[in-house]
Amino acid sequence: MSDRITSEAVAKVAKLARLSLSDDELQQATHQLSDMLDHFADIDALDLESVEPMTHPMDIANVMRDDVVLDVLDREEVLDAAPVAEDGRFRVPPILGLDD
Amino acid sequence: MADHKTGDQIPAAATDISWEVRNGVTRAADVLEKYLGEIERRDDDVHAFNLVLTDESRARAAEIDDAVAMGRNLGALAGVPVALKDNMCTRGIPTTCSSKILDGWKPPYDATIVTKLAEAGAVIIGKTNLDEFAMGSSTENSAFGATHNPHDLTRVPGGSSGGSAAAVAAGFAPVSLGSDTGGSIRQPAALCGVVGVKPTYGAVSRLGLVAFASSLDQIGPMANSVSDAALLLEAVSSHDPMDSTSIEQGPLEISQQLDWGVAGLRVGRITDLPEGASPDVNERLEVAFDNLRAAGAEIVDVEVPAFTYGLTAYYLIAPAEASSNLARYDGVRFGLRKDAPDTNAMYMATRTEGFGDEVKRRIMLGTYALSAGYYDAYYGRALKVRRRIAADFAKAYEKADILLTPASPTVAFKMGDKTTDPMSMYLCDTYTIPSNLTGDPGMSVPFGTGDSGLPVGVQVLAPALKEDVMFRTAAELERSMS
Repeated sequence: MSDRITSEAVAKVAKLARLSLSDDELQQATHQLSDMLDHFADIDALDLESVEPMTHPMDIANVMRDDVVLDVLDREEVLDAAPVAEDGRFRVPPILGLDD
Repeated sequence: MADHKTGDQIPAAATDISWEVRNGVTRAADVLEKYLGEIERRDDDVHAFNLVLTDESRARAAEIDDAVAMGRNLGALAGVPVALKDNMCTRGIPTTCSSKILDGWKPPYDATIVTKLAEAGAVIIGKTNLDEFAMGSSTENSAFGATHNPHDLTRVPGGSSGGSAAAVAAGFAPVSLGSDTGGSIRQPAALCGVVGVKPTYGAVSRLGLVAFASSLDQIGPMANSVSDAALLLEAVSSHDPMDSTSIEQGPLEISQQLDWGVAGLRVGRITDLPEGASPDVNERLEVAFDNLRAAGAEIVDVEVPAFTYGLTAYYLIAPAEASSNLARYDGVRFGLRKDAPDTNAMYMATRTEGFGDEVKRRIMLGTYALSAGYYDAYYGRALKVRRRIAADFAKAYEKADILLTPASPTVAFKMGDKTTDPMSMYLCDTYTIPSNLTGDPGMSVPFGTGDSGLPVGVQVLAPALKEDVMFRTAAELERSMS
């Protein structure tokens, strides 16, 4: 098995992505990601020093429109689509104070 | 009032349905019932649909028929049932992306393509199954169960637009829309024996297409014929001020040129194409070259040395963009929430419960490729490879007007064959990926059968906004088969 990525690194990535993995899932993910990174090593030998990165198929920048108010989403409809809403806002569990 | 056509008298082609509905020969309601009947009869076996919009589509068909009776002018898709991939937002109607994480979510707005379809007089018949968030090549990664290939129910329909491909192949709708990020329209089209088109990036608005990889995603048509695909693409393409990446031009104009033929056209054979296509697929590709040559095209050799690096560039760039796009599913604004004492634990519990394995895998891969210390080595280098691929294609298009490749390396494979080895699944996209990286259009045309009598698709590639030439070539291939 390839060891291009350690299970510690995968655990850190999962945490950054807000995903929790069981021990078995962590081992499997480590194995699969290592396999993929092995395959992706085919570009390691390319000389890309002078190549500009390409982030997008078209060369566009700063697409502007007139600063006028348009019909926008209906507030009630948007809040209705949320798991929990209250008083015209999205409701979430506490953010602060639980660690005290 | 004259008798209207019903049942078997109703034409199969969307172009004919629309003409007959507009001219009062056939009623939209009867067209719809024919397709709803087929869905009722066979979709338990195929599972192309996540949701069939029986009531909504009947109401809509009645509206169309009323408008015809009142002498109103209707659009190019009058009375044509269209199946939509379930990652396109329909206001007030569930849009799931085949993910548990969007459980119960009803979009507060319509995708631009939904508005365009309505303007053209189309009838949306249902929402089709996909690999969760369009990540997959077999439509097996769905929270609602796999879709089966109508040609052989033990095989996959391809993916991720497998539901849209199967719907057309099974006769559940004359046309459908899919989305293509690395081949997700063209590969299932090939495996199901239908036409599937990825237009030029920016030709069709992405507003309301749930984002997977924003610099690669594009909506496109699937159909039983090249002319029906052209009709649908013309109807949904146009500039959209609400999508800042949409190209500033009017609808694509394709249909009128379908009969122009390929005389004098330079059709490129890529001599350094990555290996991996099976002999039956390569055999059909050779016949395609022969038929185009016989129709007056000139076959030229071209090289695209960086083609082979497309897979790596794609599987670093697409997951990187996905990891960012899918950060919004946090249990606050859409769908599923798993309760927990604080927000961070709630995000974690919701995402862990809501996303399937493949989506988690790609989010982790993308997060890794973007993370401190690895950004330059992975994401940064992949973007440079992307530039090189685009440059190689631009050079090839100096010598050729069109390129032909396989669409999928093989015919439809057995369900379960590739689910345990993600890398083997990714290789299904070898030939389709480059056009997403470059933004150029590509389409798969059914071109006979290969092993086990299953459909084979030939891929026609063209430079940006040369859909007219691409469709002309596809139409010639189609004619050469009849």
